[in-house]
Amino acid sequence: MPAELAAPSVADTKELSYAEAIREGLAQAMEADPRVFLFGEDVGVYGGAFGVSGDLLKRFGPERVIDTPISELGLAGAAVGAALTGMRPVLEIQFSDFVTLAMEQIVNQAAKIRFMFGGKASVPMVVRLPGGSGTGAAGQHSQSLEAWFAHVPGLKVVQPSTPHDAKGLLLAAIDDPNPVLIFEHKLLYKTKGTVPSAPYRVPIGKAVVRREGRDVTIVAASIMTLRALAAAERLAQEGIDAEVIDLRSLRPIDFATIAGSVRKTGRLVVVYEGVKTMGIGAEIAAQVAEDDDVFRALKAPIVRLGGADSPIPYNPVLEKATVPQESDIFTAARKLAGGGER
Amino acid sequence: MDARTLSVDPQPVAQAGERPELAALDTGTLRAALTRMHLIRRFEETAEASYMRGLIHGTMHLSIGQEASAVGSILPLRRDDYILSTHRGHGHCIAKGADPALMLAEFFGKENGYCRGRGGSMHIADIEGGNLGANGIVGGGLPIAVGVGMSIRMQKQDRVCMVFFGDGATNEGAFHEALNMASIWKLPIVFVCENNKYGMSMDIALAMAVPNVADRASAYAMPGVAVDGNDLPAVAAAAKLAVDRAREGGGPSLIECKTYRWRGHSKSDRNLYRTKEEIDVWRKRDPIRLLETELAAHGRFDAAELAAIEKAAAGEIEAALEFAKSSPDPDPSQLTRDVYAS
Repeated sequence: MPAELAAPSVADTKELSYAEAIREGLAQAMEADPRVFLFGEDVGVYGGAFGVSGDLLKRFGPERVIDTPISELGLAGAAVGAALTGMRPVLEIQFSDFVTLAMEQIVNQAAKIRFMFGGKASVPMVVRLPGGSGTGAAGQHSQSLEAWFAHVPGLKVVQPSTPHDAKGLLLAAIDDPNPVLIFEHKLLYKTKGTVPSAPYRVPIGKAVVRREGRDVTIVAASIMTLRALAAAERLAQEGIDAEVIDLRSLRPIDFATIAGSVRKTGRLVVVYEGVKTMGIGAEIAAQVAEDDDVFRALKAPIVRLGGADSPIPYNPVLEKATVPQESDIFTAARKLAGGGER
Repeated sequence: MDARTLSVDPQPVAQAGERPELAALDTGTLRAALTRMHLIRRFEETAEASYMRGLIHGTMHLSIGQEASAVGSILPLRRDDYILSTHRGHGHCIAKGADPALMLAEFFGKENGYCRGRGGSMHIADIEGGNLGANGIVGGGLPIAVGVGMSIRMQKQDRVCMVFFGDGATNEGAFHEALNMASIWKLPIVFVCENNKYGMSMDIALAMAVPNVADRASAYAMPGVAVDGNDLPAVAAAAKLAVDRAREGGGPSLIECKTYRWRGHSKSDRNLYRTKEEIDVWRKRDPIRLLETELAAHGRFDAAELAAIEKAAAGEIEAALEFAKSSPDPDPSQLTRDVYAS
């Protein structure tokens, strides 16, 4: 088990929600480094649309927890400018869908400045983006757009699935000299977990094996990790031993961990909430296919489970049907592992 | 005096009968300003000739005819002040004190250019000299300026950020977002619009409902002033007011320099949207000759001194061209080196 996941002594940890863990990480970063500040729409008095920033305005004041106009493009550019001149901005985009308004600054500016300037500048900015479906907010407030940014050299993209990783990846992102996008999941904000009280970093670019198994590899990220783990418990009841990998980072992606697992199991299910077509599953499947050793280890075709080719609908039954659920993962992995119907 | 040092002459020698905008500038400053205008003109002509002779590839956006706007605006800035520039940015870069040899080397795509050949004409940055970069996106620098202004404020510095953009950029949403945020937060920013009458081929009179870009300042409760952008003392006077105001905590200003580009938008331009007569009218208002005539009339420089200034600038660009031509190409094995900072 990686050191950062080893259980610390109980005295040094506490039970926090995913949202509380992010808040604690923000507070510790601001306490440790005067260059760090948080800004975005309704992050101050309101405490954040999802309550993540909470009381940070009271604790750090309006110069470091800054309520802003509704100007996503301008805010993303402001993060670039502040990062370029010595600050460590953390920008909250209220719903990740609204990042569409800020694409220019993130894709053309933040991602490329270091390269285009010959390595003579860096843009150490963090963008926090609450994403995902399941809240009944329909097509413009429920998307999973992380793959778009994983396509852009110069950006880093992470997707924490636990309170522990939400804090640890945030602190790693703030330390990182590159622009890092953190796709948080709205359904995870209230999930609880054990979180070390002291500051710590979860390395960007390292996946983690959440459950070891011999029969089938399930690669997931964010909330899909939780669904995959639940599916794995049901699979175990049928004698199928699933290994669950939590990607944590999409760019850079930890292909070595995926490869090691697939060499062992010979079967791969990739599950992600973003639209399946042209998504992260395609990239992972392609990397497996391109690797001679891993490809030859496959005992069955790769299975991708992803979002339907559809906007996220409003109706709750339709909404659930649009993205992979625990039962979809269970069914697909069981079939792949040779259990159930053939 | 070193052409890259805009130091203030300890003994101004303003002559009687000079208009106040000229009398405000000491002879040393004027010598440096005129030198830089000549450097810009020669740089652009050399870039164009190099392209025509097939020495370089890509495209370029020449600022011939706009020299007074670049040099006059930057004249009141300190070396540690920041500028953000545009796709038509060679002039701003030279005006801020960049080395034309390193600029031309970049233009030639060479390893020892400002950006190691990774940026080219549209992305030249001189971070040490306070030039945070030209920008290939119309209006791209405007939101970044907001972050630079925030950064200056948070670090309790007395720097100023000057951001250049064309008339076309004022119809981008980024313009509105940036000027609004700069104003509500009273940031130390000077917005300089170089209105050269056309956004590529679109006449600004057809693209904007008010007669002047400067009129738009009223929407942000900031001073807005339109000046003759071919009149260096007038531009410098307007810039000084705005820079002083920004440095003293008075907040942002908008300056509109009405000027004209003699050349087409880029190499594809066939001048289908304007007449030869219009171009000729503006060529008669050559900002360099206008300044030289006025300086000679008031006895600041005689004809021999003016000729010497021009000759020295021509010599510097000639040496810069030799430097660029003899510089090494980048090594393809280093292609991805600066995609990420480590």
